[in-house]
Amino acid sequence: MAEIHLDPDVLSDLQEVMESEYPTLLDTFIEDSQERVAALRKAGGDAKTLGRIAHSFKGSSGNLGAVRLAQLCELLETEAVEAASDLGALVDQIDHEFALVKPLYECRSELAREKRQR
Amino acid sequence: MSALAPVLEALTILIAEDSAADRLLLSTIIRRQGHRVLTAGNGVEAVEIFAHERPQLVLMDALMPVMDGFEAARQIKQLAGEALVPIIFLTSLRESEALAQCLDAGGDDFLPKPYNPLILAAKINAMDRLRRLQATVLQQRDLIARHHEHLLHEQRAAKAVFDKVAHSGCINAAPNIRYLQSPYALFNGDLLLAAYTPSGDMHVLLGDFTGHGLPAAIGAMPLAEVFYGMTAKGYGLTQTLREMNAKLKRILPVDMFCCATLLCLSAQRRAVEVWNGGMPEGYVHEVATGRRTPLISRHLPLGVLSAEAFDDSTEVWPMALGDRVFLLSDGVLDTADANDQLFGAARLQQVFAANREPDRLFEDIEQALAAFRGQARDDVSMVEITLLSAPPLRVAEPMYADSGQSSPLDWSVSFEFRAQTLKNYNPLPYLLQLLLEVHGLREQGGALYSVMAELYSNALEHGVLGLDSALKRDAQGFAQYYRQRNERLAQLNSGYVRVHVQVAPTDQGGTMTLRVEDSGSGFDVDKELARPVDVDRLSGRGLSLVRQLSSAVSWSDGGRSVCVEFCWEALA
Repeated sequence: MAEIHLDPDVLSDLQEVMESEYPTLLDTFIEDSQERVAALRKAGGDAKTLGRIAHSFKGSSGNLGAVRLAQLCELLETEAVEAASDLGALVDQIDHEFALVKPLYECRSELAREKRQR
Repeated sequence: MSALAPVLEALTILIAEDSAADRLLLSTIIRRQGHRVLTAGNGVEAVEIFAHERPQLVLMDALMPVMDGFEAARQIKQLAGEALVPIIFLTSLRESEALAQCLDAGGDDFLPKPYNPLILAAKINAMDRLRRLQATVLQQRDLIARHHEHLLHEQRAAKAVFDKVAHSGCINAAPNIRYLQSPYALFNGDLLLAAYTPSGDMHVLLGDFTGHGLPAAIGAMPLAEVFYGMTAKGYGLTQTLREMNAKLKRILPVDMFCCATLLCLSAQRRAVEVWNGGMPEGYVHEVATGRRTPLISRHLPLGVLSAEAFDDSTEVWPMALGDRVFLLSDGVLDTADANDQLFGAARLQQVFAANREPDRLFEDIEQALAAFRGQARDDVSMVEITLLSAPPLRVAEPMYADSGQSSPLDWSVSFEFRAQTLKNYNPLPYLLQLLLEVHGLREQGGALYSVMAELYSNALEHGVLGLDSALKRDAQGFAQYYRQRNERLAQLNSGYVRVHVQVAPTDQGGTMTLRVEDSGSGFDVDKELARPVDVDRLSGRGLSLVRQLSSAVSWSDGGRSVCVEFCWEALA
């Protein structure tokens, strides 16, 4: 499966909808996601909490076009219900994926701001 | 993506979503669509904001910290009460169980993540239409409820007014009347009136106007006025019927009329006179034999025929003291069961046959109706009148405007009523009004009227028409007597009744002398007066009554002329 990190169509739609609020949306997402990753780490082996955070994170990353991140969150949400496999490894993967997309969002946010100021 | 569905009207929309990015995204989309946005980060905030701001629509994330969307939705629906506040769940939930949970909590729709602004706008519009529909339904329901309340209020007011008119009669005061009428039967057109004539007879009317509601009730007022007015003045059934028919014919639209049974119960004459136009058969119940004589409808209802075509002929049936007359409205017979079968006259007859205690007849009928249909109707009227010995005589006095100073005390007047007049004119009410101008006679108005009525009908029936009172000995002869009376009256072309009145003052007060003469062949006065007084007689000339009520009675001219005297003392 080709790994899509960011869906460019979703992002251009968002830009159109949000207009000047677009960079703020991306910044909010980054901030929000950082909190969620931290919360996942803090939850440790608590499957129920992991599942709930993963569900919300899945929703917002899906909305923001972070396709791979949304998939990983969905996986964690499902696994958390079964509570069988090593959830820690999935949390690591999510952390890793977010670390990967975060600069991409920051970059787009900055570009959009500059474009607007010009 | 800019081609969004047009917004009908800006709404205030609450977004409850714990993810800040999603909240911002949704807020922006919705604000761009022209709505005002309120936001909440969890269920508790959402409920608080809803309580204060009353948004018209809620977008609700299912899973939120502190209080989840399900509980918040339940609380918001409760706060919203009857108004529809659509709740659209924002969800990436896929399990059908979780989606069902959203609906159970009061959710009206779902919006899946990631959000699509076009679908979101369409859903908001669809939900807004539902919301408006519900608001319209509630508004119209309240409007109908208000109108209904208004209508009931009007009916209560109209009934209060009508009760004042209706209660000017004796329907509730007379000891011999029992009736049963559903409280708002008036608004189904049912009408029940009763009043005493000056001579102590009782007139009863049970009527049923076509239609229902206020139009049916409205004709009742003029009918009641005619009934009470003419009964109090001493008019008989035929004149009263003619007047009622003419009045209703004049004021009612063509498709409205009044079925009616009119009775005159006379304890003095031990008889009931009946006119039935379009009502179900009532009955005269002869207690001694148990026989029930049906009072059949022989006429069209009141208000249908012109005065020329109207038939005022009545039937007379003998009654003993304690006998009863029973009348009913068609609500009794037309009561339908679940299969549209009518209760009908046959079932009513069965109730009569099974009735052991006459005083419980109404209850028996009601029970039979209840067993037949299982639910109450509002147009059931029944009345039962028992023939009791005559009540003390009195005049239902009209209000006199004069002080008594103008009372005429020295005068005389003579009348001659000839064949064409005798056929269909009753001079008694006019004569009574004339005599009541004399203040001293007012206290004796009832006795005066009774004596005049007796003397006038003797002069007409036995004198001019030559009818034999012996015919009235039994029930069969009784009917024959009244048949002959109608026939001979119709063919009458000669003869007269003369009435002479002389009023003169005396030292103590005054006297009134009344002489009635007829063109008949007279009778043997001595023989008649020698007959024993038979209290329960059907026949006889009512002479004992006349002698009992007036100061002096004397006959002359071979029984063709009778003279009575009334005296009074000066008023204090």
